[in-house]
Formats: sequence, C-alpha cells, structure tokens
Amino acid sequence: MERSFFARNPSTLIFITILAVFTLGVTLLSEGLGVDVISTSMVKTLGKTLCLCLIAIAMDLVWGYCGILSLGHFAFFGLGGYMIGMWLMYERTKAIVVSATAGAPLPPTPQEIRDGIGTQIFGVVGGAEIPPIWYFADSLFAQLALVVLIPGLLALVFGWLAFRSRVTGVYLSILTQAMTLALSLYLFQNDSGLRGNNGLSGLQNLPGAENVPQSLISIYFLWASAAALALGYLLAAWIVGGKFGSVIRGIRDDEARVRFLGYHVEGYKLFVFTVTAIIAAIAGALYYPQAGIINPAEIAPIASIYLAVWVAIGGRGRLYGAVIGAAFVSLVSTWFTGGQAPDIPLGFYTVKWVDWWLVLLGLSFVAVTLFAPKGIGGLFDMLSGRLAPQRHGADLGPDQGSFREKEAEQ
Amino acid sequence: MTRTVILALRAALFWLMAAIAVNAQSPIQDLLQENRAAVEKASRKTIDGVIDELLASGLPQTREVLAKWREKEIWQRKEDGLFFFAKPLPNKNIQLFDIETGDPVGEFDKKAVKQLKPNSGVRSVIATALVRYQLTDPDPRKRAEGLRAIERGPEASHLAALRAAFEGEDDPALLARKQRLERLLTISYDEDSAARVAAIESFTGDLGVDARAALNPLTSTTRKAAAELPTNANIKAVIKPGTARLSRDQAYALLVAAELAPARITAAEKKDALIANIVEGSVAGTPIHTLDTDAARTQAYATLAAAGTVPAEVTAADVDAALAAHVFFDQYDEPDANVTDAAQEALTSISTKVGVNQMFDLALDGLSLASIYFLAAIGLAITFGVMGVINMAHGEFIMMGAYTGYVVQQVIPDYTVSIIVALPLAFAITFAAGVAMERLVIRWLYNRPLETLLATFGISIALQQLAKNIFGTQARPLTSPAWLDGALVFNDVVSISYIRIAIFVLSVIFLFLLLFVLNKTRLGLEVRAVTQNPRMAASMGINPDRINMLTFGLGSGIAGIAGVAIGLYAKVTSELGADYIVQSFMTVVVGGVGNIWGTLLGATMIGSLQKGIEWLNPSNTLAAQTYMIIFIIIFIQFRPKGIIALKGRAAGD
Amino acid sequence: MSTLLEVSGISVTFDGFRAINNLSFNIGNAELRAIIGPNGAGKTTFMDIVTGKTRPDEGRVIWGEKNISLLKMSESQIARAGVGRKFQRPTVFEDQSVFDNLLMALKKERGPFDVLLYRRSAQDRDKVHALADEIGLSAELPRKAGELAHGQKQWLEIGMLLAQEPRLLLVDEPAAGMSPAEREHTTNLLKEAAKTRAVVVVEHDMEFVRRLDCKVTVFHEGSVLAEGSLDHVTANQEVIDVYLGR
Repeated sequence: MERSFFARNPSTLIFITILAVFTLGVTLLSEGLGVDVISTSMVKTLGKTLCLCLIAIAMDLVWGYCGILSLGHFAFFGLGGYMIGMWLMYERTKAIVVSATAGAPLPPTPQEIRDGIGTQIFGVVGGAEIPPIWYFADSLFAQLALVVLIPGLLALVFGWLAFRSRVTGVYLSILTQAMTLALSLYLFQNDSGLRGNNGLSGLQNLPGAENVPQSLISIYFLWASAAALALGYLLAAWIVGGKFGSVIRGIRDDEARVRFLGYHVEGYKLFVFTVTAIIAAIAGALYYPQAGIINPAEIAPIASIYLAVWVAIGGRGRLYGAVIGAAFVSLVSTWFTGGQAPDIPLGFYTVKWVDWWLVLLGLSFVAVTLFAPKGIGGLFDMLSGRLAPQRHGADLGPDQGSFREKEAEQ
Repeated sequence: MTRTVILALRAALFWLMAAIAVNAQSPIQDLLQENRAAVEKASRKTIDGVIDELLASGLPQTREVLAKWREKEIWQRKEDGLFFFAKPLPNKNIQLFDIETGDPVGEFDKKAVKQLKPNSGVRSVIATALVRYQLTDPDPRKRAEGLRAIERGPEASHLAALRAAFEGEDDPALLARKQRLERLLTISYDEDSAARVAAIESFTGDLGVDARAALNPLTSTTRKAAAELPTNANIKAVIKPGTARLSRDQAYALLVAAELAPARITAAEKKDALIANIVEGSVAGTPIHTLDTDAARTQAYATLAAAGTVPAEVTAADVDAALAAHVFFDQYDEPDANVTDAAQEALTSISTKVGVNQMFDLALDGLSLASIYFLAAIGLAITFGVMGVINMAHGEFIMMGAYTGYVVQQVIPDYTVSIIVALPLAFAITFAAGVAMERLVIRWLYNRPLETLLATFGISIALQQLAKNIFGTQARPLTSPAWLDGALVFNDVVSISYIRIAIFVLSVIFLFLLLFVLNKTRLGLEVRAVTQNPRMAASMGINPDRINMLTFGLGSGIAGIAGVAIGLYAKVTSELGADYIVQSFMTVVVGGVGNIWGTLLGATMIGSLQKGIEWLNPSNTLAAQTYMIIFIIIFIQFRPKGIIALKGRAAGD
Repeated sequence: MSTLLEVSGISVTFDGFRAINNLSFNIGNAELRAIIGPNGAGKTTFMDIVTGKTRPDEGRVIWGEKNISLLKMSESQIARAGVGRKFQRPTVFEDQSVFDNLLMALKKERGPFDVLLYRRSAQDRDKVHALADEIGLSAELPRKAGELAHGQKQWLEIGMLLAQEPRLLLVDEPAAGMSPAEREHTTNLLKEAAKTRAVVVVEHDMEFVRRLDCKVTVFHEGSVLAEGSLDHVTANQEVIDVYLGR
C-alpha cells in the first residue's frame, strides 16, 4: 500500500514543528502574553514575515514548480489586503460616527450614519458618497468571501486570456507585470473608490475589539498567520507531492511534451495560477491588518519582483526554500533599512546601510543567480549529501555501457 | 507787497500775449468754442455730437486735443472760456499751452483756470474716437497696437472706427487683421441682423480661437421654467423633465428658483424643525429615541405640519402636479433667432474642422510619443530579439544616459555643445556598461531567460540605488539648447514643440542606422547568422561571443542616447528608466520580437493609442495607462507573437 | 483493413516555402509503416500536422471510425484521441524518476481535478512495472530520468508512448545515436507495438528500416513520391534519383 502523506514528505513535518515552536516561543516572549522580551511591533513584524512566507510559497508553486514567473502575485496579495481593509475601515469608521452622534438631540438615521461614514472615509479624496464597490463593506463575511473571490476571479480571467493564447516564458512575465502596473495605476486614481494614493488606513484597529490592547491583537494575528502558513504549506506540499506535482513540473521542464501526453496544459497552469493567487490574497488579508495601512504603492510591479527575488534566494522548486528566502531577505532588509545596521566608516566615505542596502541586495541577488541557482535551500542538499548530477539534459553517450556513474557525479 | 505787484504785472503781460495768440486763426479753438457748453458739461449723452464734429472737421490737432481731453490735461481759462493744454508747475501755478500750436501761453494762478474733468463714460467715448486715429496712424506698429487693444477688449463702439480704418491701409497683413476684427465685432455688436448673419457665415470652418470666442456667447442658453412657452423668446429646445438632460429634481429646483413652486423641505431642515419642537423628550407626541429612521421622522413632521407648527411638506404628488403644469426650455440669451441659427451652424462646421485638426494634432502627439517609445525600446528589441535576453536593467541604461547628459552640462555650459558631446559620450558609457554586464553576468545565463530577467533586475535595483546615492533623489534638469525652445505652430489647434521634432528626427536616424547596420554591414550579417543558428555561425568562423557582446553593447548604447533625448523634455531622476521600462517591453512584445519594423509598429501603436485614450479621457492619464495595458493584454490574445511574427519552424519552439 | 488515419491533400507554406505540397497518406489499424525521405522532405512537418502542432493551409486529416477531423482539435485532445508521438531528441522529464515519467503517461483521466485527487493504486503500479519490464528499465525505476543513457531515454520515451495506449504511434528517428544492440531492442519494441496498433516510423537509416520489414512511404519535397515494400521503392528510378543515388 502507499505510504502516508507525512511519510512521503518528511520535510513537511519538520517544517510544521519548527513553525509551532517558533510561534510558541514568540508568544511566551511577547509583551502581550509572555515575559515582554519581544516588543509588540516586533511581534507584528514577525507576523507579517509569516504572511510573506505564505505568499512566497504561492510564488514557489507557480514559478518553482509550474515554471510561470509571475510578476503579479503581489497584486493579488494587495487585493486581498484591500478587501479585508474595506471591512476594517468601514466598521471602524462606523463606530466613530455612531459615537460622535451619540450626544445629538435626535438619534441618527441609517442614512445619516452612511453619510457620516462616507464623509469620514472619502473626504480625503474630495468625495462623500460611498462607492458601489463598498456595497458589502459592512459585512465581515462578505468581505472575507471577496478576499478569495476578487483575486481568484482576476487570476482566472487574466490567466485564461494569457494561457489560452500560449503566452509563455518572459512574455508571460512581462504580461503579468503589465497587469500589476495597470492595477496599481488604477488604484492610484482618486475616483477608483479606494481612496487613491491615500489607500486604506487604521487597519490595525479591529472593530468590536476596541478594548483589546494591540499587544494581544498582534499575538492573535501571529497565530492566525502561523496557522495560515502551516495550512498553506500543507496544501502546497499535497499539490506538488502527487501526480499533479509531477505534471506541473513536467510543464515547467517541457510544456510541449506534456501536451503530447494528452494533458491540457493551459488548464493546469490556470489552476495553479488561480490557486496561488488565492493563497497570496489570503496572505495579504492577514498581512495588512498587522501593517495597519495599505496603499497602491504596495501593489507596484517592483514588489512582485522582490517576491521572485526572495524565492530565488531561498531556493525555488522546494517549498521550505521559499519560506527561508522570504523570511531571511525580508528580515535582513528590515534590519538594514531600519537603521539598525552599523555604518561602515571607510575614512573618505561612510557606508550608510539605509542608502547602500539595495545595492548590496541587487548585487547579492546577481551573485545568487550566477553562483548558487539553488539558493539557500541548496545548502540543505549539501548537508544531506543529495547532490544530483548536474547534467542539464546533456547525454553522456549513445551506449548503455557508456553511462558512467562517476562522470555523472562530477 | 512788491511781489504781488510783479505777479500781477506778469500776469497782465502773459494775458496780452495770450490774447494775441488767440486772436490768430485757430479753427480748433473755434470749433470747441462753438460747442463750449457741451464740452464744459460733457456727458455721455451729449458728447457724441461734439466728437463727431471734431472728427468731421479733419483738423490736424483733433487727435491731440482728444487725447489730452481724455487725460484731463485740457483746462479752461475762466475769464474768456478759451481751452488750453496745461501742465501744473511745482509752484502750484498752471502752465498753459495753445491748443493750435502747442506754444506756451503763460503761467496762471490755479484759481484763474478750470480743469475739464470728463467722467469715465465720456472718456471711453473719447478713447473710441482715438482708436480711429490709432488705426490710421502712419506707423504700422501703432496700428497693430491699436488692433491688439481692440482684440483684448472689444467694444461696440470700435466697430465704426474699424470700418473707417480700412481705407488707406497699405499693409495687406494689417488690412486682413482689420477686416477679420471687423467681422468679429459685427457678430457681437452690429445692430443689423443680416450683417451679423453674413459675418457669422464668413467664419464657417474657421479655426481661430477668436472666432469661437465670438460665436460661443451667441449660442449660450439659460434653462427656464414657465407656465407656458413664451411666444416672443428665442427658444432652443423644450425639455421634458425626468430625462437624462433634466432630472425631475433639477426641474423642480428650477420651479422653486422661479418661485413657481414652494421649496421642498430638506432632510436637514426637517431635522432642525423636529429638534426645535422637542417637548419633554418627544416631538409631536413621538418619543425622540424612535426617530432614528426617515419614515419615523417624516411621520413626526407630518404631525407637526398638521398642527400648523411647521410648513407642510411638499409631497410627491405635489411635485408631479407642479412639473406637469409647467414647461421647461432652454432659451437663447441672444434674442435674434436668425443669428443663433447661423451661429449654431457655423459652430457645428467649426467644430467638425477643429475635430479634424485635433485628430491631426493628436496624430502628431502620438507620433512624437511613439518616437520616444521607439528610442527607448529599440535597444531592448535588439537584445531581446537577437539574443533572447530580457534586460531589466535597460531602463537604468536610459537613466545613465540622461545623467551623462546632466553631468556634461555641468562641465560644458554651452547647451548646444554639451548636447553634441553628451550624445556620443552617453552611447560610449552605456555601451561599455552593456558590454561589462554581458561579460560578467549574462554570458553565464544564456538559455535561461527567466534567470537572466532576475539577474538583470538585481543589477537594475543596484544601479538605481547607486544613482540615488550619487545624484540624490531630487530631479536634475537637462536643459535643451535655445534653438530647440518653442514650437512649430500650424494653426490655433495644431502645433508641435521643436524638442519633439528633434526626438522624432533622432529616432528616424536610428531606425535607418540600425536597418543599415543589420542589413548592409558585415556585423549585421554576423548578427543575423548568430540569431538564426549560433552553432552553424560558429562553425563558419564567426565568434558568437564577440557578436553577442557587440549586440548587447549596441542595444545598451542606444538606450544611453534615448536617455539623453528623454532627459531633454522630462526631469532626470533615478526612476527615469523605470518609468519607461514597462512601456518599452510592451512595445517590443506588441511589435513582435526580433524585428526593427515590428518595434517601430509597436511603438507607433502604443504611442498613438495612449494619446488617443488620453484624448477620450483627458482628465485622467492614470486611467489612460490602465486602459492601454488592458488593451495590450487583449491584443496579445489575437497576435501572441506581436504584429510582425516570425513564421514557420523557426518560430515553433 | 479499415483506415485509421486518412490524410488527404494537405499543403502548408512557411514564409513562401512549401513544406508540404498536396500530400495524401493513409494508414490502417495495426500496421507498421516507415517514412523515409531526404532532409526537408516534410516528414517532421507531416507529424506536426497530424499531432496538431501545425495547422495546414488546406486539406483534411480524418481520424478513426467516426471520421473525426483532427484539424479542429488541440494537441492534447489529439493525444487523448489516441495519437502518440515520439520526438527526434529524446524528451523525457529529466528531473523526475523513471517511475513518475511512466506514471504520468499512463492512460488515465487527464483533467486537473482528476489528477489532483488521483491516488495511486496497486493496479497502476503493476502496470508501470510491466511497462518497465517491456522496455528493459525495471532496474532504473527509482532513478531520475536525467541520469539515463541516451538509448535508455529513447526507450523510456517509447515506454511512455505505450503507457498512453495510443492507437497510432508516430516515432521520429528512434534509432539515432544507438548502438547495434540497442537498435535491435528498439526494432523489437516497435514491431511488438505494431501488432495491436498503427505505428509510423520516420527514419533515415536504411538498415533500420529494412529490419522493420514493413511497407515504406517515400516523401520528397512535401509529397509522396513512392510507396511499397523497401525493395520496391529502392528499385524506383525516381527515388534513386532524389534520395538514394545522391
């Protein structure tokens, strides 16, 4: 009989264990529930990092396994954030408006409350009307559904159009980048209905939990993010572990061959693209309440390219590689750009990391691509001694007898 | 005492001399004296006769007299009522001059003379009369100045002056201007309906802004409501309420404004009325905590209204009845129907012609944008098409070119020379950068296009940050030489700036240069050979490494030149390249890879499309870009390989 | 014998070059056929058309008992209809094990959701093992395909084709770069396969074709020049002129 899922994927069990230990450790050291070693803002940073790890898994699925270098997954991430942000902001503003009208001589009508919310939210872009796209904003359930539906539908439609016309490789990358750019430009407009470049703010305040301190909320979000990451990892491991994974890796390596085997390649790509878009959206929906603010700049194409950078540095084609890459690069990046890294005085010039971090990142990224295409994850291969022969499809010889294991190991 | 005597004597002497002077023939003085009463107590109503007589007399002094009169520099001697030019002296006396000859007449005590102080109405009449002189001035510059003054502030009274000024005008350009202005003024001010219609018709299809400015007010309308349609009014159209042009609310608001119907009670007024009538926690017997819906408030208000405390609310039925009982219409502000019809017709023809010209202008705009995209994308197309390499740092090469131009301008202050130096220097620098990048990075990543994309992206962010560290984040100016300032103006609608023409010329030069290099030179032959079959080319003695290096350098070098060109009309920042990179990719993808003509077509399409969408929605360039990208995504559906696609087996895998 | 594939009057032009010119070709169930011809005769393009990779400018391609036109179908639909293709260069998924390669090719539902919910049964595993036996790769099953020798990859690819259980097999130069012993094995594999299905082999190597011992079609400049037994066509003067007598 076939072995169990975990037996076939030992790394999954290890990963879940490490994640659980990490979450527990942070909880015990936190300000909210523990001994107050880790500040609330640090807990939030860690929680956000977990969300970034989740979207990195999505990226790894779509790029590392299926070969689609999508430069648009941060758009789905942002859309997910916007969807949950709408509910957070609407309900929060509603609470403010209701409490502001509490002392009025007449109790407010629903219309007056709506008008008040409209003025509060959209005054900054010169409007007072609540746009139709906010129709469901007062329902948490509906907006949670939209977190999945809107990015999922966008990915479905875009993917259907793109894959149907057999756009592949760098063309597809550029097309996804164009999609992201179009979306962010659209959201930058004041009349997009999502407050233009102001974005949505105050998302860290949970409606109905005004009395819960941020130190606790940050812990809850850390748990939610960790749970989502664990589930996402399991889902991804399940998807790539079976025959489906075999097919999509086949698509990555030789799309035409898979097609001649009778598989409808476009359907598989669309499935992977849409599923990963939804994972990205969920990650975004968990990320932005911790970040507190979302604006269209978050969706800009550059963000999606960074995502590819994380996965590449971590090591693509392996799920834990993506997680390591995202966590490592985003935390190091926070450390460098946060001004914590010590300056390097060279005598004639002082290297300030705030200025030079991006240069370092860019160059180290080039170095990783050139010298360590397997990324950080490749280190694990070295540790476990699982070095596959680097043959890249070059044939060793025509004869069975000419196949030499020694040559393969070089 | 002595002083007084001397003064009196001097006064007497001057008086004597003055009398002699006046006794001499002075037709202008006579003329003024004839109309003395009207001149002394000039008013807008009475002045015309005097001025007409003055003008009719044809006396040479008329112009100066009128000008001084307007400037309040004509004084009257009290004792004999004669008029003089005058100048107040520092000792508070007044120096008088003869109006015929301009000779000094003498110094008078302030009390002996009286200043003519024409009111503003009179002064403007005089000014109009003066315009005629200005328009017939022997100096053409003065005449042009007079015309300009009328163009700036046309008045009804200028019309006659203009018409009188045709004769003797020997400068054909000025005559044409006068005639045009006369027709414009006729449209606005002539009393004769037929003359106005004729003038209006003469402007059919005219592109001038002034023609539209004269015609547009004629077709302005006012929306009105009345019990029935007025018979004598010039009505454009009757409008039914409840349509897209006039909503029922707007129609009712018109009725309220015309006091044909009572105003509706707004929600806020209703609320205020309710608050004003709160008695012991309830309004009209309704507890206030229940008043949290519109229905409950309306109910409570109705109760108050029934008690007579507040005016009754206008019900929907009232509104219906009021709307049914009245007509709504747009009435022309101009009463003459013939004029408005003619104006409407002329404007229609003008707008058709303006539309055609705007299309032309738009096409020029699109073309210039296309040439910018072409310049930005062609380098990319070469590296992408020939080598299959996506260079994400291409935008940063453009930026490097622009900064090269900036640095050169810091060293060489002459803008013309600095541009001439900057273009080849930018090419050299980015060529070197491109070759270095190819040698160090890209060479190792052939046949791994996605990884090339990412590695070059790493270089891109490093270069961008490096530029920020060196040049700072603020925009640096790259000033174009003076001879590129200004624009080539075809008419009031169509114009194009010289910088854009220069960029267009530059891109045409590069188009032909590249076509020449790729099709006619040894290098081009080798490049094409390597593109089609690198292994075969290598076996023929071509060194693919060298070719790749040169190709990459060439593509990057052109990016540098594009950078200088773009920098000339946009500010140079470290994000300059990033702003163009996506459009450049789009251009290459839409055009079809590996083909210069494809890039040209792609650039033309994207450039004109973007301008076209901006024209449809001018307020919102962000939306225009969004729509354009969506269009491109859809376009790719129909031509996945671009406009010019390679066919056959070569394109297969 | 009923016709399985009927190709009639197809033409295709690439940038003015007529790769296929009014070509007609029939093959029945359970028939082995060799196609020979000089370079540029249109052999590979012919395969491209049958498998849906290239659309002809004109002509018909009719398939099976129900006379379905293949021209309106996508590559994957044609593959599912029962046309298997082996490329000139061995194309197997080098990053995956031989077992996974064969499993992927096994005739099963091909939809994404079917595959996602697919659970490997003992029956399927036995099938894979049986196939591996047939192509002589039993010992290599857990190995990555990329580690196989060239000839082994060719067999693996043939094995993947057989796993698809196609009714028509199109095989492009299977013997290229093989040692004589490997050729022998390959010949046997193809002959065995042709007992239950139609097999079309494109080959340059006359020795190999002779060993296949089947009807031969000669292509030249995009159309059929001659057809018959190898001895028959090699005796044809036209064939000698254009191809053999070079």
